[in-house]
Amino acid sequence: MIRMRQLLRGYSWKENMLAYMLLLPSLVFLAAFTIYPIIKVVDWSFYESAMGIKHYVGIKLYERVLHDDVFLKVLRNNLLLAIVTVPVSVLLALYMAIWVNNKLRGTSLIRAAFFYPTLIPMIAIANIWLFIYTPDYGLLDKFLRLLGIDGPNWLGDPSWVLVSMMGMLIWKEAGYFMIFYLAGLQSLPKEVYEAAEIDGVKPLRKFASITFPLIMPTTLFVLVIATTNSFKLVDHIYIMTKGGPNNASNLLLFHIYETAFSFWDMGTASVLTVILLAILLVVSILYYGILDKRIHY
Amino acid sequence: MAAHRIVNRIGTVVLAVLFFVPLLWAAITSITPSEEILTRVNPFAVVKLSFGNYVEAWKTIPFPIYYRNTIIIVGGILAAQLVTMTLAAYAFARLRFIGKSALFILFLVQIMIPPEILIFPNYTIMKELDLINTKLAIMIPYWATSFGIFLLRQMFKQIPYELDEASKVDGCRWWQTLWHVYLPSARPTYVAFALISISTHWSNFMWPLIVTDSVANRPLTVGIAIFAQSSETGAQWGPVTAATLLVILPLLAAFFFFQRQFVQSFMHAGIK
Repeated sequence: MIRMRQLLRGYSWKENMLAYMLLLPSLVFLAAFTIYPIIKVVDWSFYESAMGIKHYVGIKLYERVLHDDVFLKVLRNNLLLAIVTVPVSVLLALYMAIWVNNKLRGTSLIRAAFFYPTLIPMIAIANIWLFIYTPDYGLLDKFLRLLGIDGPNWLGDPSWVLVSMMGMLIWKEAGYFMIFYLAGLQSLPKEVYEAAEIDGVKPLRKFASITFPLIMPTTLFVLVIATTNSFKLVDHIYIMTKGGPNNASNLLLFHIYETAFSFWDMGTASVLTVILLAILLVVSILYYGILDKRIHY
Repeated sequence: MAAHRIVNRIGTVVLAVLFFVPLLWAAITSITPSEEILTRVNPFAVVKLSFGNYVEAWKTIPFPIYYRNTIIIVGGILAAQLVTMTLAAYAFARLRFIGKSALFILFLVQIMIPPEILIFPNYTIMKELDLINTKLAIMIPYWATSFGIFLLRQMFKQIPYELDEASKVDGCRWWQTLWHVYLPSARPTYVAFALISISTHWSNFMWPLIVTDSVANRPLTVGIAIFAQSSETGAQWGPVTAATLLVILPLLAAFFFFQRQFVQSFMHAGIK
């Protein structure tokens, strides 16, 4: 009781009012378009609608989705995409950041070349890369022919289409993460590096025992963004493959789009959204729960 | 220079050239006459400079309307975000209030689950609000930005508290302190945020595709996607790449002019 009173005494009534007044505009939009839809979509996922009439079906839709071959394939695609693109683009970003973090001539040009794909809309990227991946006439096949290689049908072959998408996404994303690493590198203590220099520490050793551990907070932040993006970036599918051939390049969010706005299956679209939400929450909790404890700030 | 530095320098240069190739190739394709695009032997040679593709794209796609729509949407989102994030960031950085950490976590949810993921429920909400096929529907889900709030809060916290106290002694109200002390100090953060917000929303596609249904409200991305869909044959490469470049050129130009400021803003913002 006494503790409670002490706790409340620390707050002033006026300050509380002001704080909530300042937060109100953000809170209204956060509540209306993030919190409320999350609650709503969980609720809808227990209803099946037929002819505009909804009726409660419990977890039936979940059971159906979890046994659906298309869903399982799409989920597998998305997880595979995340497992490959997240580490590759994050490591590439760190490599790029370390080697453009200097004032040498031409460095700003190199930095610009790494960064510009970030600014280009996914739709525009899809338009350009669709032509790069075109069989025979595309840029990639023309280049491979010079080397005497006969390229596969990049977007038409089910076993290549996801790989092709991965290459494009790494190109698009790495420069964005590089910027965060550049910011992180700037804040590292210079004295540690000077000390290492004096002791004659080898470059790889310097990276492994100084840079990498010290940059961990940035890595954590970048990993969260990278993982979220691997579930968020689906615009290119609309242009390049529509999820095909035979769902080989389909991803969860695009599958939600199809289910909701092509098949108009509201119940299933809700279930799929809830599953995607659950995946993103689990990923964040894992990152913050496990990695955060091992980081020394 | 040590040997490993030279090797890595060469590595980064090669990587940079690889990264640049798609844009260069798209630019060259867009100024090549359609009948030569597929037949040319060297895909990087400018055989016969021609702006025919741009003329054709401009004639087929209502660019002036799409540009206007995109600018209204991007501007409308940014303006609202700047206001809401400034107020919220100040509260989180400098005020003590009940439920602060609970609210902080609530805002964190938006970082983990961005509005893009919620297209389906948000579409239904827009229908209930009777906002389908309006620019407002494209904008309002983004008017609260947790990313902006956290970015700015970090910056505000670095401003010495004494400045705050001093302005209070001088008789400033909180909004005067905010205006005269916080806003000028946080300028680089605002620049970094503005550039990220503009490029993100200039690029947004899926959400506007779902909530709009007419030329009058469609942004550029949806416009060129519809154009590209209607022309998938090789003969159309020229106009499609020309249209694509018309969409990305303003972004690339903005980046070119603001590059130094942008990269430095990021470093200054101390995103860790």
